[in-house]
Amino acid sequence: MTKEDIRTAFIEELLDIAPDIDPDTLGEDDHLQDDLELDSMDVLNLVTALHRRLNVDIPETDYPQIATLALAVSYLTARVT
Amino acid sequence: MGIFTMPSLGADMEAGTLVEWLVKPGDEVHRGDVLAVVETQKGAIEIECFEDGRVLELQADLGAALPVGAPLALILGPGEAAPEPKEPEAPAADTKPEAVPAQALADTPEVAPDPAVAIPLPHGATAASPAARARASELGIDLATITGSGPAGAVLLKDLEVRKSSAAIVQTASPMLEMRKAIAAAMARSKQTIPHFYLSETIDVQPALEWVEARNADRPPSDRLLLGALFVRATALAAAKVPSVNGQFVDGALRPTDRVNIGVAVALRGGGLVAPALIDAGAMSVDETMSGMRDLVFRARAGRLRSSEVTEGTITISSLGAVGAEAMAGVIFPPQVALVGLGAPKLRPWIVEGAVEPRTVVTLTLSVDHRVSDGRQAARFIAEFQSHIASPETL
Repeated sequence: MTKEDIRTAFIEELLDIAPDIDPDTLGEDDHLQDDLELDSMDVLNLVTALHRRLNVDIPETDYPQIATLALAVSYLTARVT
Repeated sequence: MGIFTMPSLGADMEAGTLVEWLVKPGDEVHRGDVLAVVETQKGAIEIECFEDGRVLELQADLGAALPVGAPLALILGPGEAAPEPKEPEAPAADTKPEAVPAQALADTPEVAPDPAVAIPLPHGATAASPAARARASELGIDLATITGSGPAGAVLLKDLEVRKSSAAIVQTASPMLEMRKAIAAAMARSKQTIPHFYLSETIDVQPALEWVEARNADRPPSDRLLLGALFVRATALAAAKVPSVNGQFVDGALRPTDRVNIGVAVALRGGGLVAPALIDAGAMSVDETMSGMRDLVFRARAGRLRSSEVTEGTITISSLGAVGAEAMAGVIFPPQVALVGLGAPKLRPWIVEGAVEPRTVVTLTLSVDHRVSDGRQAARFIAEFQSHIASPETL
């Protein structure tokens, strides 16, 4: 799976949880909670969806490492087999 | 024989629009089954049945805006035979409910907003009565296409009747505006009728956080807990101990209940708020509470809540979530008598066993109906809540 595939997967799952986000204006460094207004339930649902889709189990202690699109893509790329 | 009617889905609800039947004549139904879907200001709500029986007749058409109490269907009780066609038992049986003009609804006592005047009259618009204008807007009918029979050719409500039957299922022009109106009506009523008072306490949630972290460490994401589930559970246990903050205020008194149905305020993306209840949260484990909350939040956002969830809450929790302000004194959801407002967790210097330590704390503010409770009961609720959060294994 390429970095671009992972990026696409992350954005798709994010939009599934927050359909009002415009993918064209989604910034690399937009913070999931501070900028995109996801609550803790949304973050948990996103992590659950990524686990299902990419088979990457993100422990709670690693949540800060997926807090933005840029962070999440590099974190997930290092872990997807 | 029972009549299945348009339920009141909130103190502010005047009417709902029938958008889907999930049963047909002859179907067996049981208490709690979803029979129909009604579009309200708060989105689509699945309407549940209150009795066992068999559907004899559907009495309302899809797309009809019907007032609270309008008959929707006739339900035969178990073993009950269908009545002779010429002598229906129920008086309403042989008349289909008429769609309600907005003006008639506005006359209902205790209803503040007047839907008929909420629609502005643009320049050059066709003359029409306010009720006809409101109804035409609901049905998506252009008034200019109607021949009016009123003074100076003004379109009257009855002129729309011809067109009504062919109208498509009603789509509210702006769901967000409608929800705003529903929130405004409920909150204004709350502040006008409920004498609120507030008690606050800042609670050390470090033990609860660590307990959740430890529980989640070896669990897949789908089985993880959130701190919020512990707050719901602590509220359920505290409410059970302090019955005067749990229930609904009806006919001048708190109606006693031994069930705790916790309303969970859910912010909808794009704005708006709903507070569906986790039914019988008092009988749930922490894990059941968590999965119940996930389901409730999902359905609240998808717009598929059940009628019991929007009407049977006995106390509500409103939480500011992981990021935000540290305290909130909330407005009680009528007819409930208390609301638990939780600020965002904050790292603060805290004294633990005589030494200052950094701890994560949450400020709880309990809003209470003074008609029902005094400070003593409110303080007792907070103490119960606090003791469970301090010992999460008791949840």
